[in-house]
Amino acid sequence: MDTTTVTNFKSEEYFINMGPQHPATHGVLRLLLTIDGEIIKKVEPDLGYIHRSIEKMCERDSYQQIVHLTDRMDYLSSHINNEAVCLTVENALELEVPERVKVIRTIIGELTRIASHCLWWGVLGMDVGALTTYFYGFRDREMINDIFEETCGARLTMNYNIPGGLMFDIHPNFVQRTKDFVTHFKTKIPEYDKLLTGNVIFQKRMKGVGILSKEDAISFGASGPVGRGSGYSCDVRKHHPYSALDKVIFNEALKTEGDSLARYEVRIQEMWESLSIIEQLIDNIPEGEHKVATKAVIKLPKGEFYQKVETARGELGVFINSTGTKNPYRLKFRSPGFSNLSLLNHIAVGGKIGDLVASMATLDIVVPDIDR
Amino acid sequence: MNITLSITTTIYEFLLEYMSEGAANIGAMITIALIYLAIFAVAGLYLVLLERKIAAWFQLRLGPNRVGPWGLLQTMADALKLVSKELTGTVKADKFLYNLAPYFVIVSSLMALAVFPFTKEFQAFDINIGIFFLIAISSIGVIGILLGGWASNNKFALIGAMRSGVQTISYELSVGLSLITMVLITGSLQLSEIVEIQKNGWLIVQGHIPAIIAFMIYMIAGTAETNRAPFDMVEAESELGAGFHTEYSGMKFAYFFLAEFINMFIIAAIATTVFFGGWLSPFGITESIPWLGVFWFMGKTLLIVFLMMWFRWTFPRLRVDQLLTLEWKYLLPLNLLNIVLMAIIVWLNLTIQL
Repeated sequence: MDTTTVTNFKSEEYFINMGPQHPATHGVLRLLLTIDGEIIKKVEPDLGYIHRSIEKMCERDSYQQIVHLTDRMDYLSSHINNEAVCLTVENALELEVPERVKVIRTIIGELTRIASHCLWWGVLGMDVGALTTYFYGFRDREMINDIFEETCGARLTMNYNIPGGLMFDIHPNFVQRTKDFVTHFKTKIPEYDKLLTGNVIFQKRMKGVGILSKEDAISFGASGPVGRGSGYSCDVRKHHPYSALDKVIFNEALKTEGDSLARYEVRIQEMWESLSIIEQLIDNIPEGEHKVATKAVIKLPKGEFYQKVETARGELGVFINSTGTKNPYRLKFRSPGFSNLSLLNHIAVGGKIGDLVASMATLDIVVPDIDR
Repeated sequence: MNITLSITTTIYEFLLEYMSEGAANIGAMITIALIYLAIFAVAGLYLVLLERKIAAWFQLRLGPNRVGPWGLLQTMADALKLVSKELTGTVKADKFLYNLAPYFVIVSSLMALAVFPFTKEFQAFDINIGIFFLIAISSIGVIGILLGGWASNNKFALIGAMRSGVQTISYELSVGLSLITMVLITGSLQLSEIVEIQKNGWLIVQGHIPAIIAFMIYMIAGTAETNRAPFDMVEAESELGAGFHTEYSGMKFAYFFLAEFINMFIIAAIATTVFFGGWLSPFGITESIPWLGVFWFMGKTLLIVFLMMWFRWTFPRLRVDQLLTLEWKYLLPLNLLNIVLMAIIVWLNLTIQL
């Protein structure tokens, strides 16, 4: 630890390194905690343990190759990350993709969101001490991964999107298996509620903890369920629809309490909404090509291009500055986790160590997304 | 079948043929101690296996099933592995206290086992202050945890140890008071006598309403005493890594681990003895076969152990301040009222005698 971070230490306070290897930090995140007994006085997230310089690598690679790098950012929303880059490139080329591609992209995107929320739910349970939730969440996520495996050939880092469409057409079983999953999962969300949501200890751990006001949510740049838990309507799918999201009817999950429980309920609500989106689209997948032909070497016109999408964690923005060559001059990702993590100090100070862990779990951070 | 159950006298008389009275006495004690150590070290290991199996069933898994049939030898293999592991430690640890701590924990839990009547006469050490002995001996374990956390020179371990101190001191009150509620009916602290009295109905029936309240308080406080979820503040994996035993390895870690499971068994065994008639069979159905008492005792105890495992694999963990609120603001006043209620019931002779 460098000495600059330990200024103004009171004698009763002490310093703890939480991470980079710690069960609650979900990866290699290091938190510098200043603690007085059990009470958190200051939290400083320290990043850089899993930095792979993805943005710099993007400047070296062609636009088709860049898509594959984005899987490794927020690996739980890999499909949506791919989609973000593909949409940016397609917009820049003014390429109109077939309706079929748009619908399939949206369905798989929503399945990804459910899978990500399943994992989040299981891990949140573990963070507050209920170890069984983990396996229930993974049981349902496994079904989605099986669907992905059949259609995309991979379970986690799918690489299903390419600029101009999809890598290949959906598997013949895809529609049936997705329908089966929707039926199955509709009976499982109430089970989640029974096991965890209604539990009195869980309610006590979550209610009124880690409060984030709407003003703070906006000024910290919070997005996704974190922002919506504070009453900040920030769903990109609603405000700037992309792919087939303008054709479906769904509600934006909003809560105004701003505490951990609100963020929890927003995500549970989002799972229902995602199911409803899938149900609306799965029976009406239009016939047609699964991609449009692009040139082998894609050259973007000179200029700046930006596209944002809603990943499971919030708003992911892709900014491409092109000079007209086959590589971007500069590519910048606006990752949702980075902004969401920045408010950890704000919501955790004054709470106990247990509150810090619970609040961090409801921020749903994925460290490789923050530390690209 | 004629099985001699009064093991202490049997061994004593056997040894008396070969040596003087004093030597036979000491010899008998040492033999009994060794037998108990061997039995309960193995029993502890199988409790670990039971927990892993039960956890697996709760969590849609199979659990250990590779070493031996149905994984029966899994924990044996784990124990062997732990014995053969290197004992590591921190450089700046207080070596003496660091090495002493695990023994405090394991010795206190094994000592408590001596007083349980597993069946009529199958009791190593029948003292007239049995309950008092149990409460006293179970408080020694926390010294080991505090020492271990302090001496490891690790802040996570220290936080875990301090939480443990706070928690055990608070919940000991509830454990003690809920047992005292039951002692009001029996009028005796001797465990064998407490069981004898229950021939007229288990104490949870005899004492009806206050006994059921006392049992519920006892189960909550007992779970907290063993530092198990939902009260596992001491280890709190997601908060403190491994809590007070972060810096322990090999057999020293195994002592802490085993002690947790033996403690759980002890808490369940006390509940069996004090609330559910100990080795007595329901309605005296197997009274003619005395050695079956062991099975009744173990059966009831394992049922309560299962209950505690059920808690652990279902509930989230409390926060440290909520933990103390629960004890000092709710359980303790309720407990004190409950004692008064029980006293009135005993005074007015309102107990149910079957």
